[in-house]
Amino acid sequence: MTTLEAVSRRPPPWRNVRVLRIAFQVAFVFAVALFALYLFANLVRNLDRLGIETSFDYLSQPAGFAIPDSDFRSTEDLFAALLIGAKNTAAVSLLGIFLATILGVVVGVARLSSNWLVRRTAALYVESLRNVPVLLIILFWYLAVLLRLPPIGRAVEWEVLVVSNRGLVGPGLRQTEDLLVLAVVAAAGVVAAAAVWMWRTRRFDATGEPHHRVLWGGGVLVAFLLAGYLAGGTPLAVSLPERGELATTGGFRLSPEYAALLIGLILYTASHIAEIVRGSILAVPRGQTEAADAVGFSSFDRLRFIVLPQAFRVAIPPVGNQYLNLVKNSSLGVAIAFPEVTRITRITISQGGPAPQAIVVLMGVYLVFSLSIALVMNLVNRRLALKER
Amino acid sequence: MDTRMLEPLAVPEVAPPERSLSPGRWVKENLFSTWFNGVLTVLLAALLGWALYKIGRFVFVDARWEIVEVNLTNILVFRFPRDELWRLWAGMFVLAAAFGVGAGVAARLKREEEGGGGPGTTSPLTTLRRLGPLIAVAGVFLWFAKSVEGTLLVLAIAAVWGVARFAGLQIPPRRARWAGGGVLLAIVLAYVIVTSFGGVGWSEGWGGLLLTVFLAAAGIAISFPLGVLLALGRRSSLPAVRIVCITYIELVRGVPLITLLFLGAFMLGFFLPPGSDTPSLETRALVALVLFTAAYVAEIVRGGLQAVPRDQTEAAQALGLSPLKTTRLIVLPQALRAVIPALVGQFISLFKDTSLVFIIGLTELLAVSELITKQPEFLAEGLIIETLVFAGFVYWGGSYWMSRESQRLERRLGVGER
Repeated sequence: MTTLEAVSRRPPPWRNVRVLRIAFQVAFVFAVALFALYLFANLVRNLDRLGIETSFDYLSQPAGFAIPDSDFRSTEDLFAALLIGAKNTAAVSLLGIFLATILGVVVGVARLSSNWLVRRTAALYVESLRNVPVLLIILFWYLAVLLRLPPIGRAVEWEVLVVSNRGLVGPGLRQTEDLLVLAVVAAAGVVAAAAVWMWRTRRFDATGEPHHRVLWGGGVLVAFLLAGYLAGGTPLAVSLPERGELATTGGFRLSPEYAALLIGLILYTASHIAEIVRGSILAVPRGQTEAADAVGFSSFDRLRFIVLPQAFRVAIPPVGNQYLNLVKNSSLGVAIAFPEVTRITRITISQGGPAPQAIVVLMGVYLVFSLSIALVMNLVNRRLALKER
Repeated sequence: MDTRMLEPLAVPEVAPPERSLSPGRWVKENLFSTWFNGVLTVLLAALLGWALYKIGRFVFVDARWEIVEVNLTNILVFRFPRDELWRLWAGMFVLAAAFGVGAGVAARLKREEEGGGGPGTTSPLTTLRRLGPLIAVAGVFLWFAKSVEGTLLVLAIAAVWGVARFAGLQIPPRRARWAGGGVLLAIVLAYVIVTSFGGVGWSEGWGGLLLTVFLAAAGIAISFPLGVLLALGRRSSLPAVRIVCITYIELVRGVPLITLLFLGAFMLGFFLPPGSDTPSLETRALVALVLFTAAYVAEIVRGGLQAVPRDQTEAAQALGLSPLKTTRLIVLPQALRAVIPALVGQFISLFKDTSLVFIIGLTELLAVSELITKQPEFLAEGLIIETLVFAGFVYWGGSYWMSRESQRLERRLGVGER
């Protein structure tokens, strides 16, 4: 009798759920760790056998290759090369995200247009671009469009644009003096514009008179920039491209690689964003649109003030995913020799650099990019999410 | 006192009136409703007309499709030995028969679910429309092949599919579970026909569209069970299991596929015991694709798991099912059913993403399209537009067909409507 009671109160350890849970987890972690250790031991032994270094010292060795469109010299170390690669990845990703969002929203709205032709054109765009590999789009723009532009000797010149297979060149800015003064004044201008913006908002909230925030804030910023420009001794000048024998000088140049990657990423990502925007707009209750119509909003104001703000709330998480995809897809620059971080890594490996470390560093770079975008999108999402009380 | 409840007045439901517009009204309402729309229509029509003219002129007049014509077999299978092509045809016949039966059984099941009962027929026109993009791709291939033999074989495959579907419709639903096993068996059989008994192993000479389709299909098939396990692990109540699974999923989802392909191409051999043979590049690429896809499948399945109401688990527990049985018999079937459309979407992504193995040096569809422009007779002819447009069309046909199918499934399963 006593034994029975004892048993029913406290099950033996092999039937005790708490003991079992802990035992299973220990066994699981042990197995995973053992497997990882096995792989790692193999890796180290293989590297040893092949005489490949196992440290990250290779990063401080001279790169041995030059990077086009930068003042990177082949004697600088690999770490600096990777930094330039990461910078190029960021450059193409940020511009790509910005432009893909604009194009995506326009196409997404167009898919719901009351105009049949607009609607069908947008659908055609989405359905054809979404169903083709992004690598194919990038290669098409690179091999079939940009590289087949006329050579530099017969470049097409429209006023200030020079178009050739060496790149697309337009007017740019050229630095003539030290930029310090302008930078300081510009920073002050941003702060001042933000302050004016907040002041107008507060005034609008208090009195209801039109805020004209964009006008006020923009005006302040422009005034500051102008003042800084004059005070700094006009440090920037417009530089127009000039065609030379083998290349253009001056101006702002988009290399064919950069342009192809950017265009490919924008077109592909925008087709996905358009679908998200369309779905989000459809998710806004019909009553909202009807109410806006009843109050007498114009169709543009209805979109601007009623539909899009509510649609954005739904769209932000999936659009954030598309941004992440765009950053990750920018690694396809490796296929067209755009010197982004994957390309730099690929060159490093083919020059005999240690592949395991190089790949780990590469993954680390992308994880940093992904995490920062995820962080920003989470912040935006939290700010825009409905405050439920 | 009369306490009868007032019966709600029966209001007959009236469907909104059919609007039939005269062509003139239709144009007015859909193209020129406001001055802004009018301007837009005119501008867009001009632009589209110009683009259509340019594209049409390119496709039907200027393009030199002979590069595709000459290389059709290369695009389809690349270096696959020409003497062994019959194996591929035989494999396709087997697959057509199996998938035909499967489609028939599925159609019958659907009808019984909707309360129809008995084998009926769907209009062949619907089937044709659903297969539209695929038929377009096959048609273009046959047009370029200009071979009577090929056309007959494709038609025979289609006929086998049709007959098998009819046979499948006769199978009563209680036998339906055998059909699934049969399809799996047929896939294995097709693989054996192609690779064994003097055939060509898939890592020794497959290429072109064949490699693309194989990598995508094998990739999703292998990563599916892995993904389900990862998803279950992520939802586990054991913190250690959860943390390991979350780490894996988030790490993989945070990096581009190409980094995993690099890992496969340059590094996978290092993880094997010293002295063992490094697997072929194709195998390593497949491993990378599987590792990558498993993380995405896991997230999709997790969505399905979260959509299963808690009551289901609780009811199962109340009935005394063990946790394993609860998962296997109650939770997973409902979760997986809900995520089928999303899984098809992932398959489409994988189908398109296989083009990335081009970068590590495999010759799948996209790589072949680029490679054939470097043949001596086409070098410096600049025919890359033709080959890339053709490859794009093939990718488009496959993806568009599957995405429409997944939308149809989504509607049928009522995902997002519950």
